[in-house]
Amino acid sequence: MTNENLIQYIYGIADNSLILGQRISELCGHGPTLETDIAMTNMALDLLGQTRSYFQYVAELSPKAITEDDVAFLRTEREYKNVLLVEQPNTDFAYIIVRQYFFDVFHFMFLKALENSKNINFQAIAKKSLKEVSYHKRFSGDWLKRLGDGTEESKQKAQKAVNDLWAYTDELFHMTENDKVVAEAGYGVDTTSFKDEYYAVITALLQEATLDVPETKYFQKGGKHGIHTEYMGYILSDMQYMQRTYPDMKW
Amino acid sequence: MKKNWPLWEVFVRSKNGLEHRHFGSLHAPDADMALKNARDVYTRRSEGVSIWVVESKNIKASNPDDNGEMFEPAADKAYRHPTFYELPDDIEHM
Amino acid sequence: MKNQDTMQDKEQMKSLEDIFEAKIARDEKIEPKDWMPEKYRKTHIRQISQHAHSEIVGMLPEGNWISRAPSLRRKVALLAKVQDEAGHGLYLYSACETLGISREELYDQLHSGKAKYSSIFNYPTLTWADIGAIGWLVDGAAIINQVPLCSTSFGPYARAMVRVCKEESFHQRQGYEIMMTLCNGTQEQKDMAQDALDRWWWPALMMLGPTDDESTHTEQSMKWKLKRKTNDELRQQFIDQTVPQADILGLKVPDEDLQYNTETGHYDFGEIDWEEFWQVVKGHGMCNKERISARKNAWDEGEWVRDAALAYADKQADKEVKEAV
Repeated sequence: MTNENLIQYIYGIADNSLILGQRISELCGHGPTLETDIAMTNMALDLLGQTRSYFQYVAELSPKAITEDDVAFLRTEREYKNVLLVEQPNTDFAYIIVRQYFFDVFHFMFLKALENSKNINFQAIAKKSLKEVSYHKRFSGDWLKRLGDGTEESKQKAQKAVNDLWAYTDELFHMTENDKVVAEAGYGVDTTSFKDEYYAVITALLQEATLDVPETKYFQKGGKHGIHTEYMGYILSDMQYMQRTYPDMKW
Repeated sequence: MKKNWPLWEVFVRSKNGLEHRHFGSLHAPDADMALKNARDVYTRRSEGVSIWVVESKNIKASNPDDNGEMFEPAADKAYRHPTFYELPDDIEHM
Repeated sequence: MKNQDTMQDKEQMKSLEDIFEAKIARDEKIEPKDWMPEKYRKTHIRQISQHAHSEIVGMLPEGNWISRAPSLRRKVALLAKVQDEAGHGLYLYSACETLGISREELYDQLHSGKAKYSSIFNYPTLTWADIGAIGWLVDGAAIINQVPLCSTSFGPYARAMVRVCKEESFHQRQGYEIMMTLCNGTQEQKDMAQDALDRWWWPALMMLGPTDDESTHTEQSMKWKLKRKTNDELRQQFIDQTVPQADILGLKVPDEDLQYNTETGHYDFGEIDWEEFWQVVKGHGMCNKERISARKNAWDEGEWVRDAALAYADKQADKEVKEAV
C-alpha cells in the first residue's frame, strides 16, 4: 500500500464531509426557525472541521508541497470521490433531514470501524468525529420521526424524500479497488461488514416514523469513482470560485 | 394550524460544582427538542456540562407588586447575620 | 365624579412614573414584571426587535459568501460568525418576548415591512473583500453602538447584550484579518480591499444614525439608558478609531475632506449623503426586497416543518397519558 492509496482513500471519506458540509452551509440563514438554523450550522461546522483534519493529513502524505485548501478547492470534478447522496440538493427540509439521516447512520458505523484502524491519524480523527456524528445521527433521526409521524403533509414530504434518496444508499457500501487495498492493509474499513446492520437500523427508524420502507432494488452509483450527478458541477463552481478566479493567492 | 412552538427557559451548569444558572430562553416543539436546541444555542463555546429546560408557562413567578410583603420583612432580621454579634477583637477562628 | 377619578388616576400614574424614573436614575434595573410606563414598553419592543431583526437580516449579505469562501479556515470562521448572528437574534427576540409580544408577531412586523432594521444590510456583498469590510466596519460600528447597552435599564436587554458583546469580540477581528491579508497580497487583492472600503465606508457612518438635530428619540433614550452618547458623538468615535486602522492597512478612506484636526484632537470629515440614507430606510436600497423576501420565504416554507413537530409532540403527549391510565 502506497501513500497514494491512502490519499485516494481519504478523498473517499473526507469529500463526503466536505460536500455535505457545503450543502448544509447553503442553508445558513434560511432555516424553518432560528433554533434549527443554529443546529444545522453546527453540523456543517463539525463536518468542515473533520474535512480539515483529513486534508491536513493529505497534505502531509503528498509528495508535493500542498495545503488543505489545494486539496479542497483545486481538484477537478472527477477527482472528488464523495458519494452521490451528499451532493443531492436542499429540495426541502424533508430532503435535508432524510439525506442527513441516511448519511449519519452510515458515517457513525464507518467511524466506529475506523477507530480500530492501524493508522493513528485515522484513529484520532475517528475518535473525535464519533462524538459529533453521534449527535448528528440523533438530531436527524429525531427530526425524521417528527416529519414522518407529524402531519399528513409532513408525512407525504418525508415519504417522497425517503423514496427518492433511498436509491443513493447502496453506494455507501460500495468498495472500490483502492478501498479494498487499504482495508486489507488494516488501515481502512470493510463497509460491507455493517451493511445489514445499517439497513436494519434505518428500517427500524422509518417504521417508527410510520413511513414505508422502499422496496426498490435499483440503486445509483458513481460518486466513488468520480462520476457525479449534474449537481456537483454547480457545487464546485460555487466552492472553487475564488481559488479558480484568483489563482495562487493567500486569503 | 396556526400554532407556534412554545417558549422554554434554559438553565446551564457551567462546570461541576456550580449550580445551574438561567441562561436565556428559546422556542421548541417539545422537551427533547428544547434540550437539543439549548445545547446548540447556548453551549456553542463550551459554556456548559449540564442543561435543564422547563417550559416557561410552568414557572410560577412572584409578583413584584407584592415585593413589600414578600421581601421587606426579612430586612430587619439582622440577627440572622454573623455581624450582628459582638465579639472581643482578639478572638480567633470564629 | 368621572373627571375626578381620571384626575386621581393621572396623579397616581404621575407618581408611579416618578418612582420608575428615579429607579432608573439610581441605576436600578427594570425587570419584565415590574410596573413600567406604556411608552417604556413600546419603545423597548421597538428598539429590541429592530436590533433582533438587524441580526437576522444581517445574516443574509454575509451568508451570501459562505459557499464561496476562499479557504476552509475562512469558511468555518464565516459560518460561525453568521451562526452567532442567528444566536444574537434569538437572544434579542427572547428579551423582547418578556415584554409580552411573541416572536411570531415580531416576524410579522418584519415581513410586512412595518418594522425597521439596520439599513446597511440592504447593500449588496459583491466581492470577498466585502466580508472583510463588513466585519471590520459594520461590526466595528455595531460594537460602538452596543457596548453601552450592556448597562441599559431594562434587565433582559442588558443581559442579552452582555452575551452578544462577549461573543461578538471575534467578529471584528475576523473582518480586519481578512482585510489585512488582502492588503498584504497581490495588487488585485489590494484593489478588491480598497473597492470594498469605498463602498462600505459611508453606509457604515450612516449606521450610527441620523445627526443629532434629526434624531427624534435621543433625549428619552438617554434617560432610559438606551443611549449613552449621541449619534454624532458615536460617529466621531468610530471615525477616530477607524481611520488609523485604515492607515495600517494602507487603504484610503474615500473622503476628500477627511483630516485630523490638531485643535480638537478629532478627525474632521465630509458631508454624509443623508438623502441616500433615507432612501434606503424607506425601502429603496438595492437589496431591501430580496432581504425581506428571503426572511419571509424561510419562515413560510418552514411552516409545515414547525407544524409537524408540534403535531408529533401532541401525539406523544397523548400516548403518555394513555400509557399512564
